[in-house]
Amino acid sequence: MELLSHLFLGFETALSLTNLAYCFIGVLLGTGIGVLPGLGPLATISILLPITFGLPPVSSLIMLAGIYYGAQYGGSTTAILVNLPGESASVVTVLDGYQMARKGRAGVALATSAIGSFFAGTVATVIIVLFAPPLTEVALKFGPADYFSLMVLGLVASIVLAHGSLLHALGMVVLGLILGIVGTDVNSGITRFTFGFPEVADGINFVIIAMGIFGLGEIIANLQNESIRSVLGSRITGLMPTREDWRKMAAPILRGTALGSILGILPGGGAMLASFASYALEKKVSRTPEEFGNGAIAGVAGPESANNAGAQTSFIPMLTLGIPSNPVMALMIGALVIQGIQPGPSVIIEQPALFWGLIVSMWVGNLMLLVLNLPLIGLWVKLISVPYHFLYPAILVFCAIGVFSLSNTTFDIYLMALFGLVGYILRKIDCEPAPLLLGFILGPMMEEYLRRALLLSRGDPSVLVTEPVSAAMLVAALGLLILVAAPAARKARQEAFREEEA
Amino acid sequence: MRITNPKDFWAGTLYIFFGTGAVLIARSYPFGSATRMGPGYFPTILGVILALLGLLSLFRAFRSDGDPLGSIAWRPLLAITGGTALFGFLLPHAGLPLALFVLIFLSAAISENFKFGWRPALALMLLIAFCVIVFVKLLGVPLPLVGTWFAGLV
Repeated sequence: MELLSHLFLGFETALSLTNLAYCFIGVLLGTGIGVLPGLGPLATISILLPITFGLPPVSSLIMLAGIYYGAQYGGSTTAILVNLPGESASVVTVLDGYQMARKGRAGVALATSAIGSFFAGTVATVIIVLFAPPLTEVALKFGPADYFSLMVLGLVASIVLAHGSLLHALGMVVLGLILGIVGTDVNSGITRFTFGFPEVADGINFVIIAMGIFGLGEIIANLQNESIRSVLGSRITGLMPTREDWRKMAAPILRGTALGSILGILPGGGAMLASFASYALEKKVSRTPEEFGNGAIAGVAGPESANNAGAQTSFIPMLTLGIPSNPVMALMIGALVIQGIQPGPSVIIEQPALFWGLIVSMWVGNLMLLVLNLPLIGLWVKLISVPYHFLYPAILVFCAIGVFSLSNTTFDIYLMALFGLVGYILRKIDCEPAPLLLGFILGPMMEEYLRRALLLSRGDPSVLVTEPVSAAMLVAALGLLILVAAPAARKARQEAFREEEA
Repeated sequence: MRITNPKDFWAGTLYIFFGTGAVLIARSYPFGSATRMGPGYFPTILGVILALLGLLSLFRAFRSDGDPLGSIAWRPLLAITGGTALFGFLLPHAGLPLALFVLIFLSAAISENFKFGWRPALALMLLIAFCVIVFVKLLGVPLPLVGTWFAGLV
């Protein structure tokens, strides 16, 4: 049983005392920062990234993963208690979660979310164990042309599934690709787009971009419409769901997990789409659809399971193909590269301890979330009630010091300030900046694969459409674009994201 | 011709600016050939694509309806980005505690809820102390505690 020996290696790695500790710290910090209103997983991970750089690769990735689902869960807690989604994936949790909280059932809502997330996380981990290795085998047979087209497909899919204007999502991706070029060209040694600054000769560190655009940019945006939020004052009691609650949440959790697991694997999918789709599904199959929006437990259980399953399975394309399916995974890839590991199918062969250790630690992390969060709810509530005007100067300070610590130069602080400005401008003109990060991370890889593909074909670009795998990917990408540009699909897409604007 | 969608207009302008900029700068790098892509090859392609997207966006700006740009939040914008840049400048010269003081005070002062009082003052002191202890003493980040301006005084 090869699988068992792999799993054994995974458990050995993940359950070592150091890695357990890093997983715990990651989950704790992730939840702690993630519950702060206005800080989604993307901002949370950007802020905490520099802490992990000094660690060995395995521990650093385990801690980052812990931060990710901690932040995810923290976002749900805020959504339920404050009626304010910390991140896009918990937008639908607000709808019924907050209503439950208003009816004095905040404890049950939080417990439902934790239980659903844990179940979904467990199933998603099994799915990764089963599907990642065979997918890697396939990926190892890919040539440079196939990889290039796969990345095109990934970028296109993430555009299609992103909300907001298609044109601007495309624009952000291309702008990100151009930013990714900044630095020394590996083949000729020529520095490109550095404007004579030696500090960016190795390229712009992705943490600077992420912190500037998502950290600073979000603070500026939040300050523009500053308001005092009301946190539920009453004490949270009655965590344990009743028998009736258990009965009502079981089926939604199962459906949410299935839906989330599938959507998470798709490029561009991940947590947000999964939770929206699950909410819509639960509302449709429910025998009492009128309860939705008034505190239906199914409206919390389904989307919460779906978003956690999606968050987890989106690791599959990242680990096997080295392709990020969403901006959080783009950050993970950036972190791997900083650790000197080239993400892709070779990771499972060259770094089996990292691969299997990370997977097992995901399950351990989910267990920690369940055990940790229910007793610590009081602490999270205290954190949520810290007013924003005390919070954002501290966030700003941590961003500034974090960016400085990357390479101990003040240049990076100036650069982050510049990207903060860029982030604000982009939000102002309705250009959702998340796809920019995907393009930025994929840019250098795409150039390299294109170069190799063209070198092998002696400069004939038709190789992209004559290689069968590559052609299939490009056809799929084109199909997606046409499909979304078509009026009917456009309407459906707007419909799918409608709940968010409401 | 009237601009009916200002957001698309500015986005288009931005794309064209960066797209043509990328193409122009990339002209100074060897372009190479398709078989041996030079360092100028990929940026040129991307720049052209971005500029084309910009044209499309400009076209849309005259054809579709969109929301007005809305007011620009100058105060937060300047305080947050300017404050961060000022922190970068003050750090080596004035030292970490003073640079932090300026950054925290400047950013906090623009909040609608900003008041002088002992609680905010205490929070400010605690945050500075926390940063000095955790980042400099415990994590060993080489942040200067005393800047070059005061180097002679200590």
